[in-house]
Amino acid sequence: MPLAGVGEFERLLRELTPVALGALVRRYGDFETCEDAVQEALIAAAAQWPADGLPDNPAAWLITVASRRRIALWRGDDARRRRERTAALLSSEGAEPAGLAGSAGLAGSAGLADPGGLEPAGDDTLTLMLLCCHPALTVASRVALTLRAVGGLSTAEIAHGFLVPEATVGQRISRAKQKLRGARFELPSRAELPERVVAVQRVLYLVFNEGYTASSGAELQRPELTAEAIRLTRQLRAQLPAQLPADGETAGLLALMLLTEARRAARTTADGALVPLDAQDRALWDEGLIEEGTALITRTLASAPVGPYQLQAAIAALHDEAARAEDTDWAQILAIYDHLAVLAPGPVVALNRIVAVAMVHGPRVALEQLDAGLDAGLDAGLDAGLDAGLDAGLDAGLAAGPAAEPALGGHHRVPAVRAHLLELTGDPGAAREQYLLAARMTLSGPERSYLERRARRA
Amino acid sequence: MKYVILIYGNPESRKIWESFADSERAAGLRVYAELTRSLAESGELIVSEALADPALTRRAPADPALAAQIGLVTDAPLAEAKEHLAGFFVVDCADSERAMEIAARVPEAAYGLVAVRPVMTYAMPEV
Repeated sequence: MPLAGVGEFERLLRELTPVALGALVRRYGDFETCEDAVQEALIAAAAQWPADGLPDNPAAWLITVASRRRIALWRGDDARRRRERTAALLSSEGAEPAGLAGSAGLAGSAGLADPGGLEPAGDDTLTLMLLCCHPALTVASRVALTLRAVGGLSTAEIAHGFLVPEATVGQRISRAKQKLRGARFELPSRAELPERVVAVQRVLYLVFNEGYTASSGAELQRPELTAEAIRLTRQLRAQLPAQLPADGETAGLLALMLLTEARRAARTTADGALVPLDAQDRALWDEGLIEEGTALITRTLASAPVGPYQLQAAIAALHDEAARAEDTDWAQILAIYDHLAVLAPGPVVALNRIVAVAMVHGPRVALEQLDAGLDAGLDAGLDAGLDAGLDAGLDAGLAAGPAAEPALGGHHRVPAVRAHLLELTGDPGAAREQYLLAARMTLSGPERSYLERRARRA
Repeated sequence: MKYVILIYGNPESRKIWESFADSERAAGLRVYAELTRSLAESGELIVSEALADPALTRRAPADPALAAQIGLVTDAPLAEAKEHLAGFFVVDCADSERAMEIAARVPEAAYGLVAVRPVMTYAMPEV
């Protein structure tokens, strides 16, 4: 069977990674070695399939080769030490069947001809996602491990995507795998499942945000992280209902990603300068993504318990459905922010809400609320890093309060919003001062340029 | 998020180091080695280096007219203050609180010689 082309081929390998890994880990339980083995099988596939053509059953091929590699790794010196430690952690069910230990027949028979029960199973990708986002792992490790084990990205691709050295990513992945020694390949309990799913959603959102905020210059070297995030979120959404029928947040997250991604082409000029939402050329927005995202969030809100991702998606849908900036239904947006402020309060939501207040009630009312909010400690937690992940990337709708993710520090956002409001009230001098202050405080190069430009034009 | 942890020295801090017995120096170096090792293990370390004596600094050739425009005299040392850069870590960690936690482990911190600065990103804010 001829290969469709390099792009198709890479896509296939990425899709098959969690299938093969899930089958192996479910059977053998040793996540660390199984993951190494699958990586080696992927390398073998990448070398052999272009020459020999696609196998009739690519998944089975990978599983078979990975099984063989696993045995070889398992017998290696390093593995022996690891095994001794792992054996102490694994139950007898998940541990290596006694007959395989040291058996001379391994290379000849059972290992090759009959992987024995190594069939992909429906829940595998979900179980794998939950495992890779395990609470014992740091967030950075969860991101790296998920992209590799579920997304099928290479360590190098992940490193390029997140602009950190490959060795750093490699370290995060090996550390994560060490911590997962002894973890069972099974779904969390009913009681734990909702929280564990939230962790997966957050990782997927982080991947999306990293891809979406990539500046246009660096994009050429970076894999399509937004496409990966969307793809994995679709997979999560496909496998979750069997376990968590009441979940609406995964659909909400997917809708949010689609509706945000829809605007990507319009958000920078040819020179890479930032174009705020109210100035974007909406002809450049992706109609198909808007349609899909809007339909999805509409359906979800009608049927599932509401949550923060769904509300953010609803706001994005309201922006995306406006033919022109001036057609935006700000009253509705404000109502949703009011709801969000109760459901998931935080400084980013509060600031974005104030921008909406300005559009509905005017800038003076908004300024009053901004000052009142600051007195009440609104700015606390702006530098909370990845705290309350939902804050990340909320769309303020207007450039003056761009919803830079908390990881960028966030302190610049208060003067940025204030500057915009002051400009609206007709106080250009004060506005200029606040824009320049915000410009000095932001950690984003493009945003700094943008704020300095606003200062000049105020 | 990336941060640079800048480690400074000055003539007095150098004298203190010079007055250390071998065992004290060894202990100091061990603290550094352990810090670097633990950051590499946690996946937070991007790079760390110690810099050579500031007397070995070389300045790339300058145009005196341009230097004057920004208030510099070309043959004077760049930093006016007594403190010189002695080393740095570049880390990728969760937030500035974590960066500060790491910085506090650098022995010079107690002397007021360690600063943390966020690294600029080229990420666009989301619009």
